Amino acid sequence: MADQTPPAEGRGPDTGPEAGNMLRFRDDALVAHAAVTVDAFLDQSNAAAVRVEPGDDARELIPHLDRLDLIEVNFPAFGDGRGYSSARILREAGYDGELRAVGDVLVDQLAYMRRCGFDAFDPDAPLDPDDVEAAFARWPEVYQSAADDRTPIWSKRHA
Amino acid sequence: MYAYDQYDQQMVDARVEEFRDQARRRLEGKLSEDQFKPLRLMNGLYLQLHAYMLRVAIPYGTLSGTQMRALADIAEKYDRGYGHFTTRQNIQYNWIKLEDAADILADLAKVEMHAIQTSGNCIRNISSDHFAGAAADEVVDPRPYAELLRQWSSFHPEFSYLPRKFKIAVIASEQDRAAMRLHDIGINIVRNSDGELGAAFYVGGGMGRTPMIAPCIREFVPLDRLVTYAEACLRVYNRYGRRDNKYKARIKILVHELGAEEYTRQVEEEYQHLLDSGVEPPFAELERIRTFFADPDFDSEAGEDIDRSDPDFALWVDRNTVAHKQAGYVSAVISLKPVGGIPGDATADQMRVMADLAEKYSFDELRVMHTQNVVLPHVRKADLHALWTALDDAGLGSPNLDTIEDIIACPGLDYCSLANARSIPVAQKIAQRFAETKKTATLGQLKLKISGCINACGHHHAGHIGILGVDRKGVENYQLSLGGSEAEDVSLAKITGPGFDEDGIVDAVETVTGVYEREREGEERFLDTYRRIGMGPFKEALYG
Repeated sequence: MADQTPPAEGRGPDTGPEAGNMLRFRDDALVAHAAVTVDAFLDQSNAAAVRVEPGDDARELIPHLDRLDLIEVNFPAFGDGRGYSSARILREAGYDGELRAVGDVLVDQLAYMRRCGFDAFDPDAPLDPDDVEAAFARWPEVYQSAADDRTPIWSKRHA
Repeated sequence: MYAYDQYDQQMVDARVEEFRDQARRRLEGKLSEDQFKPLRLMNGLYLQLHAYMLRVAIPYGTLSGTQMRALADIAEKYDRGYGHFTTRQNIQYNWIKLEDAADILADLAKVEMHAIQTSGNCIRNISSDHFAGAAADEVVDPRPYAELLRQWSSFHPEFSYLPRKFKIAVIASEQDRAAMRLHDIGINIVRNSDGELGAAFYVGGGMGRTPMIAPCIREFVPLDRLVTYAEACLRVYNRYGRRDNKYKARIKILVHELGAEEYTRQVEEEYQHLLDSGVEPPFAELERIRTFFADPDFDSEAGEDIDRSDPDFALWVDRNTVAHKQAGYVSAVISLKPVGGIPGDATADQMRVMADLAEKYSFDELRVMHTQNVVLPHVRKADLHALWTALDDAGLGSPNLDTIEDIIACPGLDYCSLANARSIPVAQKIAQRFAETKKTATLGQLKLKISGCINACGHHHAGHIGILGVDRKGVENYQLSLGGSEAEDVSLAKITGPGFDEDGIVDAVETVTGVYEREREGEERFLDTYRRIGMGPFKEALYG
């Protein structure tokens, strides 16, 4: 599927130092400005990028989604799954800008993260491109409706 | 029984290949043990004291003869010829090699089985009433709802890195045979005054080091909102459950710290938000699943007569068979608690016998009970003698359901890396003592449960008599508790006082049963007598 191959500009060495491990599923340009904390974002009106930490309430951003074009969700440790809920909440609220998982993002978490609405990944450690491809191609079907556009099995059964 | 369609099969097959790839990357060093651990746990693979342990899911405890035979084959091919049925209606193998794990999962997939999410900080295999579809008192068969939730919870993208493990039980009768209120979510399918079916949600129960009984947070969730409500319960937990302390990370702590009212308010808010988000499968899907759980083709002419002339058989009928909704039928319990045996263990040969008998006498269906026994759910009374004869020949005819010999015990320090003390030898000694003194019969229903550590896999908090093994300065010590129940009269057991050594705990159990024999009135069970007279007389007899 076309949307499962990350665009080349996200992975090449020429897109700037911060894009070294980047995987993107978006056609628009990479957002360059640095993300600020949720508290800092709520205090100032001009930031267009924010970073959500596990303890932040993503719903506080909902009134301001129009002016955001990048939301980073940080995973300080891959076992802390709060960021998956943050991502879905933001997508359910209609956010359609870039939603980027950053931090301890591992290849075995990519498929679920994608399902929760992430469309960019900036892992601390580089990922093996073959493993990444296998991870996104893994699941032929899905059991749930989530924040991506995949059709759940129950819908196919009763189409 | 539920049968996979192409989609279910594809998902299980994909999971096998995913795990094969993960195991390969681990062996190649591309995954660290820390990174691999949650992945193998979500496929039921634990590293124990002596080897890997693999826990295979038996959704809501239901399986066919073919599936039971596959479990027997795995026991022989990859383990030491036996398996251990667990308190969550699963089976585990204790002597597995990592290199074999993917092949075992592939063997399981061939018979529509798996080990998906039988461990790890995710939604675990969903348990249910072992007499579902057979019980005389049920409102409806609870398993279609459990299957709906099985599919929803499998590979759930948002809820696979929860603060801690998450266990769901679904029942549909007033009698609770699944310890429903001691689960993270307990669901009771009920009928309201308009005759409609719905789900009562109990959230925040559990055993472990901080046992809690789940409060009801909503008495009636419409059936076409079941998944949505569960999703709301889980999301609040995933966002706000504690992650700073492993021992305070279960949802029971969140519900307790917030208070049931505030937790409920947050769930209701999330539920309102999710109502229009499209997460609920269409009602037609529930109806599709229900068709798999239609009644088998019962013999409407089946007679009620049982020839009780053989006293051993008559005793087994009285102890191990349970009333069925269909005239002329019973549910027959196969005890995996022979006196002196390991509670819940079965050899490969015994599994094959059970498979054969299920095909012959029970419409090819078996159930695993949370009490670590196996049920043939639909047996004609006319077939009972032949069934019992075959069971007895295979060492499976112990007439001790719900007696003091029918002990729940965790694997304990003989196998488990978490344990502080052995459970199995204590269970064996207690069963032997009561078999020798022939007190088993006179004590009637007496649920004794043993855990080898504070994690309470042996359900000691819910035992009429509970035993907890602890380590006291390097010596195994056993705490005695009384008055617990996992059933509809749910309660948590209370510790009697100072603990005992291994022989002392056997004597102590005998002492408290002596108090019961002296004090009981009429048909009272041990639990009833304890509740009436309180801890005092038992303490007096133990420590007086």
